[in-house]
Amino acid sequence: MSEAPRSEYRGQIHQQQKDLMLHWYERLDESARTGNPPAVSLMISGNCIELLEGFGAVPLYPEVNALQLAIRHQSLDPILAAEELGYAADNCAYVKADIGAMIKGITPAGTPLPTPALVLCNFVGCNTYVKWFEHAAEFQGAPLAMLDVPFLRTAEPRAEDIDYVVRQLHEIVRQLEQITGRRFDMDRFREAVRCSARVEEAWSRIKNLARRTPSPFDAYFDAITLMGPLYVYRGSPEGVAFFELALKEMEEKVARGEGIYDQEKFRVVIEGPPPYPFFRSFRDMFATWKATAVASTYSTVGGLWEFGFRHDPDHPFESLALHMLAHNVTNRNYLQRYEQIRRYVEEWDADGIVIHFVKSCRLFSAGQGDMRDYFTRQLGVPTLYIESDLEDPRYFSEAQIKNRMDAFFEALEHSRSIGTLRRGAAALRHPAAGAGNAPVAGERLKILP
Amino acid sequence: MPAATENLIEQCRAIVEDLHLGEVRRWKEQNPGAAAIGYFPVYTPVELIHASGLLPVGLNGAGDRLDLQYADARFGSFICSIVKTTLEMGLTGYLDPLDGMLFSGICDSARNLAFVFERNFPQKYIDFLHLPQNPSSGASASFLKAEYLRLAAQLEKLGGRKLDDDALRASIAVYNENRALLRDLYALRAANPHQVHTSDLYLLQRAGNFLPVETHNTWLSRALADIADRQAKPRDSVRIVIEGSFCEQPPLDLIRLVEEAGCYVLDDDFILGRRWFTEDVPIDGDPLGALAESYLDRSVYSSVRHDFRHRRHKLLVEKVRRLGADAVLFLIAKFCEPAYFDYVLFKRELEAASIPHLLLEFEEKAFTFDRLRTEVETFVESLLFD
Repeated sequence: MSEAPRSEYRGQIHQQQKDLMLHWYERLDESARTGNPPAVSLMISGNCIELLEGFGAVPLYPEVNALQLAIRHQSLDPILAAEELGYAADNCAYVKADIGAMIKGITPAGTPLPTPALVLCNFVGCNTYVKWFEHAAEFQGAPLAMLDVPFLRTAEPRAEDIDYVVRQLHEIVRQLEQITGRRFDMDRFREAVRCSARVEEAWSRIKNLARRTPSPFDAYFDAITLMGPLYVYRGSPEGVAFFELALKEMEEKVARGEGIYDQEKFRVVIEGPPPYPFFRSFRDMFATWKATAVASTYSTVGGLWEFGFRHDPDHPFESLALHMLAHNVTNRNYLQRYEQIRRYVEEWDADGIVIHFVKSCRLFSAGQGDMRDYFTRQLGVPTLYIESDLEDPRYFSEAQIKNRMDAFFEALEHSRSIGTLRRGAAALRHPAAGAGNAPVAGERLKILP
Repeated sequence: MPAATENLIEQCRAIVEDLHLGEVRRWKEQNPGAAAIGYFPVYTPVELIHASGLLPVGLNGAGDRLDLQYADARFGSFICSIVKTTLEMGLTGYLDPLDGMLFSGICDSARNLAFVFERNFPQKYIDFLHLPQNPSSGASASFLKAEYLRLAAQLEKLGGRKLDDDALRASIAVYNENRALLRDLYALRAANPHQVHTSDLYLLQRAGNFLPVETHNTWLSRALADIADRQAKPRDSVRIVIEGSFCEQPPLDLIRLVEEAGCYVLDDDFILGRRWFTEDVPIDGDPLGALAESYLDRSVYSSVRHDFRHRRHKLLVEKVRRLGADAVLFLIAKFCEPAYFDYVLFKRELEAASIPHLLLEFEEKAFTFDRLRTEVETFVESLLFD
């Protein structure tokens, strides 16, 4: 194949994204030097950034630090340092990179990170988060609090689930008041929730623009660029300004009929986090085939808004609880994720699915063979399954992944040439089946005498 | 040990190794129309299942007794064996006697397994319990009570009796007895480790996963009386605590190997759900509330239960000191992320307290242990001749 064509869109928002993230690191640096603003560690999954705004606190996201290390090819040293402490080859490499960096004093911007006033473990689906935050608090000597969000094991959250989370949110507010000596500012909190709703509206509209052919942006790789501001600034006017500008730029692209390539050849849905240490090479493997991700599950870790959920300033605590319980991919159950992907294929008009199994993240990856079985055998959607890691460069075999990707797109191209490639709703053998909690049952294998 | 107890243990071994769940089939024949509910490790509120008139069945994987034909393709690389063998048992019909399966959020792999079960076994009742991870919160007890009521309503749909306080109290009492017997056996072994093989205690205990609890109580009482009377000679051994085997179980031969290599096991976390409470669940007052509160305040520590009020690494060191153990043996299943994470803080705390430790990784399906034997022997020698 020839060299991969340029694939990223570069508009005003890219400079703004950089400025916003730099400003975040400046606030963290200020917090490290003066203790003001106070920093609170949070996990990205279903994060409750709005609550922090009520204290004027700055979030410290260990995942963002870890992925920055990987993307700059600096993750292996801290991973090895963590393994010397006793972490196993099979532990999540995000955690290892973060803890290793902490021990070695490596920080993303080179300036020291603050010791958090509170390590707030928003347990939203990922069990590894709990371990991560326990360890982070231990190694940083910081106080630790749990925010236990019941896993979504029913179609909708139950009243008891919402009540449990809301009551814990109030408990955290009291705890943060004691730790920081600041009073929780209800008006500022409500305003943050209002900002979030506006950001979510703009973000959702951007994501829905990817239903167009050609899609004006890549809903996996470009979405990741927008995720930093989404999680750090969602509850602030800067976030609103940024996302409204992003929406305007994307709408202008749509008006001009611009995709990310001169011609969009394939439309795929990507499931799973990216291999950050090989982000560029991975993107190029799609670009080579002029394939655009029109939707992705990874971009819904922090929140799933394209199906309509918004934070509600009239019910701020309840809407935080609902967001954490039901409107992010990590706290939704595995079959609800199948359904999310199925909808993407159908409504975003995709040709196929790429499942990226990452060794570190069992939340995403455990059972993806069953997911592939569902999409290929039951729904008849072309699905590629590849394996590597999101943080540890030792688990990425570039030649092997490239071979598999090329074979997948060659097969799609062949199907198209003989007229059998179906897109969107037509690609699904049972387009209407599986709505709700349980997809159609798989076939049963019986071999017992 | 009297022949009667040896026979009992042999009977337990046959039950534990019977992938066809013969005991469960037998129970269902004797109780026509009554459902059996399997549960994946570690903890499940068996009292609720029992009080509904149904049979709780503890599953701990298939060991080396089942070749994987289908489950590997469903779960891929880097996923532990028990997740795969449990799914394989389902896909190949071994779980047919079970009308339902319960899971809880012990780890990300087990949680996803619950929903893969839901897709693959639409004719079974599959449920996932959220056991609270924030016992510090004043809201946890009422949440858990509501979760148990949700489960009870599902069990009723499966033909179970409507949940009733008196029945639940009776069930709690019979499981209190079961746990008290196990605590007594464990205390007896900790005080006189030469009187009982850990591999025997393991089988006695694990057979309870498949038996009606009343039968298991009878068996345990008999074994306890026999073992207490046993005259055996102590030998030079290293006194250890085993940590890390709370879900996937080490092969029986590996447990035997550890003993043969010169270890007295004073405590372990095998099949931990059977000994989940440190004391009896109260049976006066509101039994459902007592069961929920006991989970929050009377549970053993475990790598799959988070309680920031009581840190697990401190509790392990306390346990080693309380039992007068010489060392800790970590027996961790390959790919078991909760155990491997906890190992880091356990190790740090043990080293600060100058307590020796050894880590061995196993897979339930392993059957040769030459390398592990050498490691344990070397460790034992280093401690005995230090």
